[in-house]
Amino acid sequence: MFDCVDPKSLEGLTWLACYLTTGKHMAFYASFATVLFLLALTAPLAMLFGFGGALASRSAVLPLRLFGKGYIAMVRGIPDIVFFLFMPIAIDQLLETVRHKLLCPDVVEPIRRGNDFVVCTAAKLPLGAADQWVHELYGFLLASLSFAIVFGAFAGNTLYGAMQAVPRAQLETASAYGMTQRQIFWRILMPQMWVYALPGLSNLWQILIKATPLLFLLGVEDIVYWARELGGAKTSAFSYPHPDWRLYYFLFLLIFYLMLTQLSERVFGWLIRKTDHGALSAHAARAGS
Amino acid sequence: MKKFLMTVAALAVVSAPALADKVRMGTEGAYPPYNFINDAGEVDGFERELGDELCSRAQLDCEWVTNEWDSIIPNLVSGNYDTIIAGMSVTAERDEVIDFTQDYIPPSPSAYAAMAGVSVDLNGGVIAAQTGTIQASHIAASGATLVEFATPDETIAAVKNGEADAVLADKEFLAPFVAESNGEMVFAGEVPLGGGIGMGVRESDGALKDKMDAAISSMKADGTLNAMITKWFGAEAQTY
Repeated sequence: MFDCVDPKSLEGLTWLACYLTTGKHMAFYASFATVLFLLALTAPLAMLFGFGGALASRSAVLPLRLFGKGYIAMVRGIPDIVFFLFMPIAIDQLLETVRHKLLCPDVVEPIRRGNDFVVCTAAKLPLGAADQWVHELYGFLLASLSFAIVFGAFAGNTLYGAMQAVPRAQLETASAYGMTQRQIFWRILMPQMWVYALPGLSNLWQILIKATPLLFLLGVEDIVYWARELGGAKTSAFSYPHPDWRLYYFLFLLIFYLMLTQLSERVFGWLIRKTDHGALSAHAARAGS
Repeated sequence: MKKFLMTVAALAVVSAPALADKVRMGTEGAYPPYNFINDAGEVDGFERELGDELCSRAQLDCEWVTNEWDSIIPNLVSGNYDTIIAGMSVTAERDEVIDFTQDYIPPSPSAYAAMAGVSVDLNGGVIAAQTGTIQASHIAASGATLVEFATPDETIAAVKNGEADAVLADKEFLAPFVAESNGEMVFAGEVPLGGGIGMGVRESDGALKDKMDAAISSMKADGTLNAMITKWFGAEAQTY
């Protein structure tokens, strides 16, 4: 397309075209996929954790109930950033400790030596010899898991509230008709709770989108990292020197995030209308009686 | 889903190890000309060239990793990479947490840079520095007001947009910015800080430290290190 061999001799649009297609910019564009992939992976996982938490807090078994309530209360009470800094390190060290015990039973030195956390070479995760992309994938998965645990607790609280909001009389009626607990859950509770849950979940989804720049704290090179890195003033040590352009890069991110928000607003609007169908008439019936 | 998670967890716990002597070199990638990410997206700079040479002399297979400056020491001690080669000055405080090889850049002055034509009170004004650097500690102790930034790049931007009166950093880092500012920025003073720049390794990793020490000694002995310093930092830079 263009001849970008000698950037210093280029001018105007050619310079810009070459500049915007450097390897570093390609990494920037690819990081948009990282963010979207994180959202796609975290949202269902968080819902899963949320369901687990909500069901556990409604359980008749006391330890399970305590676990569910404890999980939700703890994660909601502790600042996100503390959790995000804590979880990946904790999970990583836990996995490595387990592997160390399994794979190197004959190593006698302790794992914690002063400041150092040392497991045997075979227990490293990922292995020291693994390629860099494996390390990055592992870091990304740890980050997703941390996101899912944190947002799962919020989703759990929303779902718990939504389940409580379904009129109790209906559940008792179902029971009187001879339905089992399982049938009541799937046929009466689940279809109706969405009406109450969706506005809260939609809010949570927006917060999740806004929280993705935290990825950068977790060592994943996301769009905010690259925007800052690319936008910063560049001296002639670089092929494409330029002054501080962070404003333009962050403006671009702003537009991206706004578009993402707008799109999800529409999807949730559609979902809420769809789940409202049966429930609306139920509300109307109640209002009329 | 549950099955999938269990499988992943099981794999994570017992996947078969393949052993090779790979050393992961941790750097910041935001401190030109010491280390930076070049336009191809790769780690480049003085420390990249030096590190590759050291690895080939020590016969190690090295791989480059970047990490935020803020958490560069914690990630070394928890084993995410094996060395820090990121323009890190050897200080007693850091030496308590990690070990350093001998220095590969001799102790050289830090410098203040400010906008031209503005008189700066170096001991009472507002001075920018990167968080967790020897320069930041120096400003905090000097009586000036310290404003800290996560990246070196932001410290310069702070001076340009008037948030800070001056920036304190390694002179070699500031030199290109001052030289290419068309006279907008000037040096406003110098202060000798730090005990030279060395490579950080875990305290429990004595073998790696010895190998790197030997490689640095051999580069000092045959003059290649001096040539490399001059190449990246110019003829005025201090050599051995």
